Amino acid sequence: MKCSDIQIQNEKETRGGFGDGVYEAGKANPNVVVLTADLAGSMKIANFIKDFPERFVQCGIAEANMIGIAAGMTIGGKIPYTTTFANFSTSRVYDQIRQSVAYSNKNVKICASHAGLTLGEDGATHQVLEDIGMMKMLPGMTVIVPCDYNQTKAATKAIADYQGPVYLRFGRPKWANFTAEDGSDFVIGKAQKMSEGTDVSIFACGHMVWKAIEAGKILEEKGISVEVINIHTIKPLDEAAVLASISKTGCAVTVEEHNIIGGLGDSIAQVASKHLPIPIEYIGTKDTFGESGKPLELLKKYGLDTPFIVDAAEKVIARK
Amino acid sequence: MADINSLKETASQVRRDIVRMVHAVQSGHPGGSLGCTDYLVALYFSEMNHNTKFSMDGFGEDLFFLSNGHISPLMYSVLARVGYFEAKELNTFRKLNTRLQGHPTTHEGLPGIRISSGSLGQGMSVAIGAALTKKLNNDNNLIFSLHGDGELQEGQNWEAIMFAAHKKVDNLIAAVDYNGQQIDGSTETVMSLGNLRAKFEAFGWEVLDVEKGNNMEDIIAGIRKAKTLTSNGKPVCILLKTKMGKGIDFMEVGHEWHGIAPNDEQLANALSQLPETLGDY
Repeated sequence: MKCSDIQIQNEKETRGGFGDGVYEAGKANPNVVVLTADLAGSMKIANFIKDFPERFVQCGIAEANMIGIAAGMTIGGKIPYTTTFANFSTSRVYDQIRQSVAYSNKNVKICASHAGLTLGEDGATHQVLEDIGMMKMLPGMTVIVPCDYNQTKAATKAIADYQGPVYLRFGRPKWANFTAEDGSDFVIGKAQKMSEGTDVSIFACGHMVWKAIEAGKILEEKGISVEVINIHTIKPLDEAAVLASISKTGCAVTVEEHNIIGGLGDSIAQVASKHLPIPIEYIGTKDTFGESGKPLELLKKYGLDTPFIVDAAEKVIARK
Repeated sequence: MADINSLKETASQVRRDIVRMVHAVQSGHPGGSLGCTDYLVALYFSEMNHNTKFSMDGFGEDLFFLSNGHISPLMYSVLARVGYFEAKELNTFRKLNTRLQGHPTTHEGLPGIRISSGSLGQGMSVAIGAALTKKLNNDNNLIFSLHGDGELQEGQNWEAIMFAAHKKVDNLIAAVDYNGQQIDGSTETVMSLGNLRAKFEAFGWEVLDVEKGNNMEDIIAGIRKAKTLTSNGKPVCILLKTKMGKGIDFMEVGHEWHGIAPNDEQLANALSQLPETLGDY
């Protein structure tokens, strides 16, 4: 299994995977309810609203209230999915999530679109780059960052049957869609090996998994054996998969559309430093806010695009 | 329902519990606890249809949500005295490994608690969510909630108040502990609430005043009136005029006893004013 074997099926928005997934979750489970804070259109939940209007709650532009209502709705067995942009899903309502959802251990699914730089033109006010860190720090919170449309759809359905609070992060732009169409390759908490290799491990999440695969293809052409692993579940982290890979490769690159402080890279480094210290290079934003621009322009400017991953891999191999 | 005298006797015991609990660990919030004692006793010992065999989902029963979680001594005493757990557990309040945390939480599995509260302003939203689920489940029981008046300074309340009217959440009776006091002083001096009745009405709520919020007869009458106003397209608010520190003369002086504990001498004085009716824990 090499990166060069991985083919794009099509290009689709991960948020579309959420919309289609939540429709199927709603069809399968009458307890699934969907809340939004005036972003039903952006969250692609029109089909759910059309077929299950009594299970849709429009909260208006009031995210704190939405989180509290979702927490309350679990009492009596509902499975609320809150929907808004990632920034308004996390930093705006952190204390509401902390007390009413996480500390209260409520079965709320916080579903967040437009995460990261690839939100694009709306700029830094909306491009949250701190959310993975904030959410993974909450005790009991599961943090899932699926990589493409198919996987977002699969994750959206899977969390309905998964007891406890979940943060599900996805994005806005059309993006390479390449995982199994039926979602059969997705299991919560189980890292997904995209390619097998022996020279370097690349751990990525979200949109950046495709970028890591692109980098892997280039590295393979250079004769470097690359193991790309999709860490779609950042918490609980599949430590066994991380250790199995780095014990083989002896070095790692982490790739995320997030601040390198507090995100996936930190999680990988914590496992490695405890059990198997190795050189690690970090791809992500470097403690900075984003700005307006096209998604790929931004990934380039902030050092997240494919060539940076290639460079980081070569650099970390040299550090072994 | 229990007779009025019995409710008053229960309230006296609950007040004893509150000051003893706070005194024992020299921390906690007696003022608001004492002020809301009569209301919570009325709810749990008379007016609410609830099951002391606790289930988180609470199907087929009325539910209560405490938003101003700092009056936890009252919550714990009432839950214990009505039968959710043994009264002797009140002795563990705020101590290491207790289920009776400083502020109420589901985290330690204490029967009777369905949400964590303490960080203010969140309980109204939670109560509304529970009310929506009651409707989805075709469960005609009611949701009761209690909020501090100072707590209404938190903006999330007004998001919730707007929502509840818009969505016709008419199976909710939210009471405001209208004692006019908060930690730093009177609400008038800290952040004036203005005309609360007019504010709730302007948002589309039914509003009911209970002028004597420490008088058991008036409280019962108020809750019953509030119940008649439910299922009518509007959420219901009770403005419950209470006295912070009620029942202990030296605590009925304003905001001073919001969050401080009595010393040994003050405890003895307080207990001398409160007949022991059900037996101290």
